[in-house]
Amino acid sequence: MSEITPEVRAKHWAKTKRLTIITLIIWFIFSFGVHWFADFLNSFTFIGFPLGFYMAAQGSLVVFVVLIFWLARSQGKIDEEFGVAEDEMK
Amino acid sequence: MKGNTFIDNLPKIYGMYTGGFIAFIILMAIMEQFGMSADTIGILFIAFTVFIYAGIGWLSRTMQVEAYYVAGRQVPAVFNGMATAADWMSGASFVAMAGGIYFGGHGYLAFVVGWTGGYVLVASLMAPYLRKFGCYTVPDYIGTRYGGNTARLLAVIVLVVASFTYVTAQINATGTIASRALGIPFEVGVWFGLLGILLCSMLGGMRAVTWTQVAQYIVLIIAYLLPVIWMSNKQGFGLIPQIAAGDAVQAVMKLEALHQVGTLMPTESFGGLKALTVPHVDAGTGMAAWKFVTLAFCMMAGTASLPHILMRYFTTPSVKAARQSVAWSLLFIFLLYFTAPALATFTKLQLLNPELATGIIGKAFADVQSLDWIQKWSAVGFLAISDSNGDGILQINEFFMRGDIVVLATPEIAGLPAVISGLVAAGGMAAAMSTADGLLLAIANALSHDLYYKIVDPSADTKKRLVVARILLVLLGGAGAFVASLQLTNILGAVAWAFDFAASGLFFPLVLGVWWKRANTQGAIAGMALGFLAGTLYLVNIKWLGGDLWLGIDDLRFAIIGMPVSLVAMVVVSLMTKEPDAETQRMVDDMRIPKGETVLSATH
Repeated sequence: MSEITPEVRAKHWAKTKRLTIITLIIWFIFSFGVHWFADFLNSFTFIGFPLGFYMAAQGSLVVFVVLIFWLARSQGKIDEEFGVAEDEMK
Repeated sequence: MKGNTFIDNLPKIYGMYTGGFIAFIILMAIMEQFGMSADTIGILFIAFTVFIYAGIGWLSRTMQVEAYYVAGRQVPAVFNGMATAADWMSGASFVAMAGGIYFGGHGYLAFVVGWTGGYVLVASLMAPYLRKFGCYTVPDYIGTRYGGNTARLLAVIVLVVASFTYVTAQINATGTIASRALGIPFEVGVWFGLLGILLCSMLGGMRAVTWTQVAQYIVLIIAYLLPVIWMSNKQGFGLIPQIAAGDAVQAVMKLEALHQVGTLMPTESFGGLKALTVPHVDAGTGMAAWKFVTLAFCMMAGTASLPHILMRYFTTPSVKAARQSVAWSLLFIFLLYFTAPALATFTKLQLLNPELATGIIGKAFADVQSLDWIQKWSAVGFLAISDSNGDGILQINEFFMRGDIVVLATPEIAGLPAVISGLVAAGGMAAAMSTADGLLLAIANALSHDLYYKIVDPSADTKKRLVVARILLVLLGGAGAFVASLQLTNILGAVAWAFDFAASGLFFPLVLGVWWKRANTQGAIAGMALGFLAGTLYLVNIKWLGGDLWLGIDDLRFAIIGMPVSLVAMVVVSLMTKEPDAETQRMVDDMRIPKGETVLSATH
């Protein structure tokens, strides 16, 4: 197995950190931000639901599912870019 | 159950299993037409499914350490996702969640948001890195990353307290369902449930639990979705209840105004039963919003700290698979969680709409009293009606029930065939059993691997270790069933506590172990001990010593106290003491990249 230099590690980690921070910002908005204003959002409707209720019952959940799939994909690309992805097994 | 042919054939095996289960449902439906009683159908559903799980458990028996602790690290991402979803969705999710939304409205949805959003933390901060670490248990990671037996022991203590709180609730749920379906006393039902749980986990450890959990997921998701879809269709809302629920929510809001929900307060009380007093949609501002976000936050941090969930990601073949597996887990969980609000809405609509045959509020008291399902469920103490104001009409504040009933009795309320009730009972049983399995295994593994092998007797051979693990599993199960039979708290209270305990003690030591190289042994010890202590003391103070709540932080949210204490203690103590040695720092570096050997060797 070829050695991974400290520079490569540092760059890989910097990019990983950036991705993680972006993920956590989106997470924060849909975990807390949106629900803090639920009462206000309820004055709008979305497919029949009051919007604030909808976000708590379904909207945020959909965002979380998509967010994790996207995160897994993006992190996979970062790993490959720096040659630190796992060798395909079996 | 060994080798790659088994892994390659998984889609086929579980495809056949699903087909078999559906055939069983159809068979039961036919038998019902031929006059088989609802009770017999219920018994057959429970017996058949539990028998299958036990069979899978028996086939997965093993005497290898790697297979026992981490299922041989060969569980594909999608299947691990299903197993995690079953591991995750407990009796509380299956049985109590829709009822919680029914009674709590928008405020209760904080659980729904918290128990899904937590997976973002699992995926981004924890799972892939712990997988790379190559540990068998969560304390194994804490003990190795921070070094020393004190840190390991503290992690074991927090794990045991959190998981044990949780597992009693699950055994309680299996007992409730088994006793109802089989017609046996609750105290006996608890031990019957435990027997099923142990059959699934004892012989094959994580390997057996993995493959039974996949089977249990399939049962529970069918059991949850089918009645809701049926009901939605029956009421003319179409085949996708989750989307149709929008119109139903509007209808419920009008009916609630009509029936004066939130204005009419109950004048009588029945132990453990509640009348509807909270409007479905009202979100409120200020304190209500604060309560929502704090509860969601505690549940999220707890999700990312509960060892029975984290250890599921130790079983994937690679770091990449661990990451993808978190995404699949949440997708499978999502299927149930976005259905629960729809179920709560439809049930409410059925009960509140006087124009429907199922509507009871606003109808003549005597008519309601003579309904089959009202009589059946009042007989077992799950609901009560009382004409408090003596006007001969049932008002909203005269109808009391337990939250669990929304899921368990909905098929009967909506007039669906008995086969559906049997299916729902089997689903609830699968949900409670799969979670209990995962929790018991997490505790037993931490005690056998981290306490016994790593601390007490490091020279123990493989056979001895696995025998100890099994003995512990049985003892813990017995203790859990005993505590459950005492019926100390309701299902949900205990579940939320488990999340708060785990978040208070473990969240920051786990996260900072990966994300902050400077975190050291002393810091981790301080973080775990003080965070856990602060949270626990606060809980004891408000719950039993009559202390005042700070900022409305009640016993469901005590991690809001524990977590900041944990973070500050960990950072301050780490900075005051020496930085970790070069070897530990290298360990952290290796954890951060997927490539290369695991930090801990394959068999340790």
